[in-house]
Amino acid sequence: MSESGARVTPSPAQMAQHTRPRTPIEVTGAQSLVLSLEAMDVDTVFGIPGGAILPAYDPLLDSVKVRHILVRHEQGAGHAAEGYAAASGKVGVCMATSGPGATNLVTAIADANMDSVPIVAITGQVTSAAIGSDAFQEADIRGITMPVTKHNYLVTNAADIPRVIAEAFHIAATGRPGPVLVDISKDALQAKTTFSWPPRIELPGYRPVLRPHSKQIREAARAIAAAERPILYIGGGVIRARASEELRRFVELTQIPVVTTLMARGALPDSHPLHLGMPGMHGSVPAVTGLQKSDLIICIGARFDDRVTGQLSTFAPEAAVIHADIDPAEISKNRKADIPIVGDAKAVLADLIEAVDNDMEAGHVGDYAAWRERVAGWKEMFPLGWTEPGPDDAPLAPQYVIQRLGAIAGPEAVYVAGVGQHQMWAAQFVDYERPNAWLNSGGLGTMGYAVPAAMGAKVAQPERVVWAIDGDGCFQMTNQELATCVINDVPIKVAVINNSSLGMVRQWQTLFYNERYSNTDLHTSHAGERVPDFVKLAEAYGCAGLRCERPEDVDAVIEAAMAINDRPVVIDFVVHRDAMVWPMVPAGVSNDLIQVAKDTAPQWDREESGAPGDDREGGGGVSRESRGPATAAHRDPAHPATPAGK
Amino acid sequence: MSTHTLSVLVENKPGVLARIAGLFSRRGFNIHSLAVGETEIPEISRMTVVVDVEDLPLEQVTKQLNKLVEVLKVVELEPGSSVQRQVMLIKVKADPATRSQVLEMVSMFRAKVVDVATESLTIEATGNRDKLRALLDVLEPYGIKELVQSGMVAIGRGPRSITDRALTKP
Repeated sequence: MSESGARVTPSPAQMAQHTRPRTPIEVTGAQSLVLSLEAMDVDTVFGIPGGAILPAYDPLLDSVKVRHILVRHEQGAGHAAEGYAAASGKVGVCMATSGPGATNLVTAIADANMDSVPIVAITGQVTSAAIGSDAFQEADIRGITMPVTKHNYLVTNAADIPRVIAEAFHIAATGRPGPVLVDISKDALQAKTTFSWPPRIELPGYRPVLRPHSKQIREAARAIAAAERPILYIGGGVIRARASEELRRFVELTQIPVVTTLMARGALPDSHPLHLGMPGMHGSVPAVTGLQKSDLIICIGARFDDRVTGQLSTFAPEAAVIHADIDPAEISKNRKADIPIVGDAKAVLADLIEAVDNDMEAGHVGDYAAWRERVAGWKEMFPLGWTEPGPDDAPLAPQYVIQRLGAIAGPEAVYVAGVGQHQMWAAQFVDYERPNAWLNSGGLGTMGYAVPAAMGAKVAQPERVVWAIDGDGCFQMTNQELATCVINDVPIKVAVINNSSLGMVRQWQTLFYNERYSNTDLHTSHAGERVPDFVKLAEAYGCAGLRCERPEDVDAVIEAAMAINDRPVVIDFVVHRDAMVWPMVPAGVSNDLIQVAKDTAPQWDREESGAPGDDREGGGGVSRESRGPATAAHRDPAHPATPAGK
Repeated sequence: MSTHTLSVLVENKPGVLARIAGLFSRRGFNIHSLAVGETEIPEISRMTVVVDVEDLPLEQVTKQLNKLVEVLKVVELEPGSSVQRQVMLIKVKADPATRSQVLEMVSMFRAKVVDVATESLTIEATGNRDKLRALLDVLEPYGIKELVQSGMVAIGRGPRSITDRALTKP
């Protein structure tokens, strides 16, 4: 992507250099498509055939380079392509037929668009003469996906196929990555054409800026040296740009504390002493407070999302902002940047390292020792924790399950979450030590992401252990892909955090809707009901099905799942349903109002409590909950945390 | 709110108009006027978009436009340093008693009559928004039966061309 870093997916320009030019050969449009995919080094396509795309599936059967994995629902194909791309950095590919096949891809495409995931979606379209006539299985998928793709194409001329495929991969993988849809009419797939490679790429309007402006870098370095309370606000752009090593070096050099957003978990190892955790609505107290009280935010590859800033007008009120992003439209979109930098995160960090290093040699060294001490105090004082279930609840805490899962599966595994409480706990209680180990649907918040995305990740990286951490609601949206996993020998592991509820919605109902639980009960484990029984469901698919209901069994069940590698494993972790995600900043209010438990603000030192930016550090503290395994010490009766026994 | 005139150079390909119009509506901007046509280079079309929008959202929409793969160049044309023109066809009631007065207005505004009927005149007028608004104001009392107007087109004053800049800039 940038000059300074090699992408796994070569750009078409690189492909042109490395691929021996092929003399034109006579083929059909469908053969041209498959040859183009092969030329782009595609090894896997997730999809489902149907009428309009049928011609493409015939030559696909003969391809020895491209493996097609037949999914059970097109949404699964889309998320699998995302999981493949997010775990490996290569472009993921999915394929579907016209009409409903294509519209079923839309959710995954929109998801990829929000989270900047490089995927190419190929759809069949009705014959070009029938376009616009409301033909059978016709949908204007190009029109439908215009707002949710980086770019899209409708191809009705077979001769355009190689160029369009090369352009689609180039656009998907370069600049700010994203989804590209290529809709090809059936007659174009059937037509005779010639195939030659490499095609001529014509994208006069597409020129992503990768190298940051040196003047902006120098200005940023000056601001960094002059700051007293700087903080690095790191987003998913650092993951996509493969800039973790540069980030680590920059942090070592400057000794500036770091927060990593939901999309950037693992960009800097969680074990790094300057890592304060995740910011935002369910961020850690040190991360949220660190941003609030900073005087300089160095934002790299993040976008000041509402889930991070809370009420924008009160977000980090004293901070100047350096905002570096490869997408100029993100800069000053939400929070005005004082020093805007357009560029690839890897190049930006490399240049910043050089600039700060030069400044240091010239004697301009930032002194953040007092600030570091202060944030270290918050980190010490407000660790993440949870309240154990009350005596009348199911005895298993979901947070404990997830923490043990992370500890046992370790940092080399890939963790893929659905959306909701379990996603937040998975972001909080698994320690991420490397980039691309954490996959989730951050921007769109797509329930059902986990199982198919885990499948895609496992296909991309078969040597890694891949855990889907899913909720009982999410799991029921896309678990049909377990069939795909069994048949195609993709042994993922699924931990269903089963609280028998749409847990995050239920949490909001508890907190903001007077405990009126409207339509959030899923009957998957509570009160003796198991509709469905996830163990039986897993077994019906040919997966191993395990269940765990007691804290003392957690390790053994996870170990048992780790030992099964010949088929997918599903563990039904039956957990107590009143567990809540803390800390929490209620929607639409200032991040200063972070709560560590219900109606419980962090107990700052008296002097610090009111005024952000007050420099005195306090010795107060919330009743502390450690991250250790479940012990009696957690059950602090004085702690008014998650309401028990509702 | 203030009015801004954007010149957008795009690749002359099917679907580009939908992409641009969709971007404006999706981000909550109301297009006041829109004109599209080929430029001196047939592969390039030029859209002139007039929007009522504050400065900060305008910057955002300009950046979003620039992200579109088929957009080559976005330039805001300031009224002072550009020529802006719109065409309007107005069918106005004109009987023998009022016809001469209407014709007087037409000549004062350097408009012209393009069709005559016993009860009406059809007037073609070209100008910027202010001039056309003024013409409508004076014709209003006679009775406007039908009105159609083109989108605004605009071009920068002076020797420089934005097509050159779009094609030469890397």
